[in-house]
Amino acid sequence: MDAVFLLLGASIDAGTALALASLGLLLNERAGVLNLGAEGIMLVAAIAGFATAFHTGSDVVAFFAGALAGAALAAAFGVLVIWLHTNQYATGLALSLFGAGFSAFVGIDYTQVKLSERTPFTLPGLQDIPALGPALFRHHYLVYLAVALAAAVSWFLFRTRAGLVLRAIGESPESAHALGYPVRRIRLAAVATGGALSGLAGAFISVVYTPLWVEGMIAGKGWIALALTTFATWRPWRVLLGAYLFGGVTMLQLHLQGEGVALPIQLLTLLPYLATIVVLVLISRDQKWIVVNMPASLGKPFSPRT
Amino acid sequence: MLDLEPRAEPSRAMTLLSPVFALIFTLLVCVSMFLWLGKDPWQGLELFFVEPLSSPRALAELSLKVVPLLLIGLGLALSFRTNVWNIGAEGQFILGAIGAGGVALLASERTSAWVVLALLLAGTAAGMLWGGLVAWCRDRFNANEILVSLMLVYIAEQLLSYLVHGPWKDPQGFNFPQTITFATPTEIPRLFTGSRANAGMLVAALAVPLVWLYLFRTHGGFRLQLSGLAPHAARYAGFSARRSLWTACLISGGLAGLAGALEVSGPLGQLTTHVPVGYGFAAIIVAFVGRLHPAGVVAASVLMSLLTIGGELCQSRMGLPKSLTAVFQGLLLIALLACDTLIHNRLKLVRTARAPAR
Amino acid sequence: MMHRSSIRKLARELALLVSCAAAFGCKGGSDKEAAKPASSIAAATTPEATALKAAFAYVGPVGDAGWTFAHDSARKAAAAATAGKVSSSFVENVPEAADAERVIRDMAEQGNKLIFGTTFGYMEPMLKVAKDYPDVKFEHATGYKTAPNLRTYDSKTYEGAYMAGVVAGAMTKTKTIGVVASIPIPEVIRNINSFTLGAQRHAPDVKTKVVWVNKWFDPPKEAEAAQALLNQSADVLMQNTDSSAVLQTAEKAGKLGFGWDSDMSKFGPKAHLGSAIINWTPYYTKAMNDVLSGTWKPTQTWWGVKEGAIDLVSLADQVPAEVKTEIATLKAGLKDESFAVWKGPIVDQAGKEVLKAGEVAKPEFLLGLNFYVKGVEGKIPSGK
Repeated sequence: MDAVFLLLGASIDAGTALALASLGLLLNERAGVLNLGAEGIMLVAAIAGFATAFHTGSDVVAFFAGALAGAALAAAFGVLVIWLHTNQYATGLALSLFGAGFSAFVGIDYTQVKLSERTPFTLPGLQDIPALGPALFRHHYLVYLAVALAAAVSWFLFRTRAGLVLRAIGESPESAHALGYPVRRIRLAAVATGGALSGLAGAFISVVYTPLWVEGMIAGKGWIALALTTFATWRPWRVLLGAYLFGGVTMLQLHLQGEGVALPIQLLTLLPYLATIVVLVLISRDQKWIVVNMPASLGKPFSPRT
Repeated sequence: MLDLEPRAEPSRAMTLLSPVFALIFTLLVCVSMFLWLGKDPWQGLELFFVEPLSSPRALAELSLKVVPLLLIGLGLALSFRTNVWNIGAEGQFILGAIGAGGVALLASERTSAWVVLALLLAGTAAGMLWGGLVAWCRDRFNANEILVSLMLVYIAEQLLSYLVHGPWKDPQGFNFPQTITFATPTEIPRLFTGSRANAGMLVAALAVPLVWLYLFRTHGGFRLQLSGLAPHAARYAGFSARRSLWTACLISGGLAGLAGALEVSGPLGQLTTHVPVGYGFAAIIVAFVGRLHPAGVVAASVLMSLLTIGGELCQSRMGLPKSLTAVFQGLLLIALLACDTLIHNRLKLVRTARAPAR
Repeated sequence: MMHRSSIRKLARELALLVSCAAAFGCKGGSDKEAAKPASSIAAATTPEATALKAAFAYVGPVGDAGWTFAHDSARKAAAAATAGKVSSSFVENVPEAADAERVIRDMAEQGNKLIFGTTFGYMEPMLKVAKDYPDVKFEHATGYKTAPNLRTYDSKTYEGAYMAGVVAGAMTKTKTIGVVASIPIPEVIRNINSFTLGAQRHAPDVKTKVVWVNKWFDPPKEAEAAQALLNQSADVLMQNTDSSAVLQTAEKAGKLGFGWDSDMSKFGPKAHLGSAIINWTPYYTKAMNDVLSGTWKPTQTWWGVKEGAIDLVSLADQVPAEVKTEIATLKAGLKDESFAVWKGPIVDQAGKEVLKAGEVAKPEFLLGLNFYVKGVEGKIPSGK
């Protein structure tokens, strides 16, 4: 039974980076912008965070650096896509490619570097609760921050005026424009904030989760985060749970191996992707469901003059 | 501040110049990076653009990279024109390799040389199957083809991994995850002795005019393009959106599968976990840089291949890191996309109005 | 309206656009001016005229602090040891596929007369190129096919794994040790088995759990695999993968681990027990000298502790003194061949005896190893 709780704890750990990145993408997509460059953004943020952590010795500064790097790249993407009307998918892909190369290039000197010792973050008292303690309360503070962020994004989107405006822009930018809202600027803000969250996720991976730098270390998590946003039908709490689920499947696969279970590894590895397709199919087949669940203007460019 | 003002008509000058500007910009960045790193930019440029074209062997190696990029790029250009965003060409490429590999496993040294044809057909069919899955999900369930095709890439990777680790593993191969080296008849004929250039070049060369003819000279192609440009008008004219979707997915999937089969029948000669090398994603860039036009795709695939091989040469001759290639390729596409805006829009300096209208 | 697009207008648009684009380009760069990546880039030498040009193809990055790093360190040391007669260069991140052939061919074209391919996946490409360049000597690591001008070399990593196992067995409190394994090839299975055999010296009923990541190098995955093992009460970890992620995970969790391929002690100061390293320098020096003196022959070399290719270094202070002495004795035994790791009686998982008492395993037996010894849990993936 112990093993189950340990697995739970490990899933939460593995899912946090996904959750952070996916929440960022959620903000993007709620505003109607699909950013396929998530992987590139996370990679650049990962090296930015790692290098900063190495030079300053401070994790917090490193997280800020990662978030900043993410926001900057996303903003550049945003300007291209929102103002210059470049094709969203192509621009996002170019960003992924560029980010992969750029991060590898900048990170060359950091591959042999080790970050200094860190005191593990603990929640006194709570972490000693039997069974649940190690599972839930022995994590790095970013794990808890991710939960808080999910709550914050949920509150922002569904309980504030600004969130309502954002969602309106995602559904019908023309209407929002007619009402006088600066659609493009709000979209840019959403994209940049989303980039900041993705950047934070990247920095988390390189500074906390696997504290070293290696080119390509995000290893596809950016793409999974994209899938996750859809899998969670663009709702923050579902994103969080979905992230833990995806993280859980990965850890489960490794765990089962250790137990000696002889399932083909590949089957377990492809489960999250298969699950995403299944969810996509399920939510899309009913026109009403799509309307309710997916931001209508996702992927479509908007121009104030049309 | 700067603003964009739409042109009444797309500027023909910019349509031709925009890739040039993008390339110039990328080259400027390229040269600056070389200088910053203390390397000779001229040698770098020479390694990128001259050396890969400088000898028959070099050209042969170039062709090995151009062929898959070209084939996949053609399919994607067609697909994107139809507004079907098949991002999963890499997965279809893998399936093509698997299909071809499956046939190749059955061949022996005594099999007729026609088995190559069977290989290519099997690969194309497998790629069409994978592309068809995407079409089916969108047709039947309205599922977004971008995400479905992307997820299918990962599933394809796992399928390949399962096959080479398990049922298709070479029993004499010391348990390494790879198939046997396929029998000689399965190897696609080389064009010249002593060089790796093979008949795949002919296949690709044939595909270019075929795709062009289809897109621009047949009714079917016209329907496809219209579905992409003006879906409502297309529906009003009675063109089936469903047919366009399936056509786009099957053709782009099939071409990607064919590219995969050519890799297996050509330079690879066996299946390993290293079959996917990113051609499917690079081809997306090729399609865009090539303006979604077959002629452009040819030029773009040559350019991308030059950049890739040049990047490798820069690494081995100048000690430059391989990551620079990805940087340049990404920048090239971003610059092109940005410059393309100028086709439909004009940059203007707008004086901020006294009373900003809302 | 149509022809307002004069040259001047175009030029202005171009200038505006280039400045925009440059701003984008710079924007991407400004936050990240961490360190100028000068040092590792200058590594590939463009050197003075020398007697022999040698080239190395690496599958990973030189900075992996593991497999490729070990090869590259040896490359430099061997070049130094041959007193300037050899100039060497390398290409890293060469994928194990169709592209490898191009890179290796280019190396041959560029006048390199001695080419090293440091991973199994280069076997077929190297064979093809070797046919076309009979006057170039090819060295393939961890392979099994040879040609008149291509030979193979490998290291008895299992000896290092065994010695690490001895330490692990002495240090484990839960009597469960874990291995993060890469790809289920005989070499890795041999290492897992040897690790277990070593541990059984101090903990005869030790259990070894294995998790496969199917990659040689994937730090995040390695870390997750390590975590999964720790979650199943393994308190000493070993890996056959190329990065320090497993050791770092052990460090974070307050458990124990080892370095592999290279000395990784700095990556886990509290967790690190020792590093089973590969020292390719003796072999690379020999290979270079062979070519220089014209005595190069297509042999298949497999060196271990005896020849100085394998070692267990940087044993931690927390390792008890008697274990350290034991390791020293083992090394001496390996050097004078009085001790062999794979000497019977050895039983497999099913209890069947695979080596009789006193029987020393032959190389063929070791090369094709495809079973787990008793004490290892689980099944080999897709093994029959």
